[in-house]
Amino acid sequence: MSDKKLAIIATKGTLDWAYPPLILGSTAAALGYEVEIFFTFYGLQILKKDLDLKITSLGNPAMPMPAPVPVLLQALPGMEAAMTSMMKAKMQKKGVASIEELRELCIEAEVKMIACQMTVDLFDFKHSELLDTVEYGGAATFFEFAGESDINLYM
Amino acid sequence: MADFDSELDASGLNCPLPILRAKKALAALESGQVLHIIATDPGAIKDFEAFSKQTGNELMESREDGGKFYFLIKKG
Repeated sequence: MSDKKLAIIATKGTLDWAYPPLILGSTAAALGYEVEIFFTFYGLQILKKDLDLKITSLGNPAMPMPAPVPVLLQALPGMEAAMTSMMKAKMQKKGVASIEELRELCIEAEVKMIACQMTVDLFDFKHSELLDTVEYGGAATFFEFAGESDINLYM
Repeated sequence: MADFDSELDASGLNCPLPILRAKKALAALESGQVLHIIATDPGAIKDFEAFSKQTGNELMESREDGGKFYFLIKKG
């Protein structure tokens, strides 16, 4: 049971897309998997000490809305912040864990989190901005673990 | 209902929190001891079956009563 391994590549950094890698990572760890998540490009946002993840229906026509909002209005200042707080309130009401909580559960469960050093450089992020538990590496680092994993997921 | 050694109320919590909390609660038990879990997430029924199969902790009972779900898991 304990030899199973799961490797995930997390590339997205919106509030909604921060969930899949953390939910699957923490659950797999609870099931006895050894888990490693490689965060690259926008996925690095999930590793920030000060999380500021957002969501918007702009460019995401599948997002359910309480009432239809014309696209041009969705682009108005303040809309993104309003949609983000509405989504967070809805999640809390439905008993969905916060990203902070899921991330903490991953750390507790010893899910290994690797930040892609190339994209850290690209976006001028400092190591001090990201969680202290994060390790840094590149594509070869990912394959070292992924090559012996039972499941590999790209998100 | 069978006896249990510890109880976890996961009411109001959604996936994957009931499983993660149960995992933590089981870690505090000895092998052979039983955890009673209360949940309101309908997804928990299949999830606890799957959790049980994959972790070697026996799902002794799974029942629904008045919109709530009750599970008994014996630590393997």
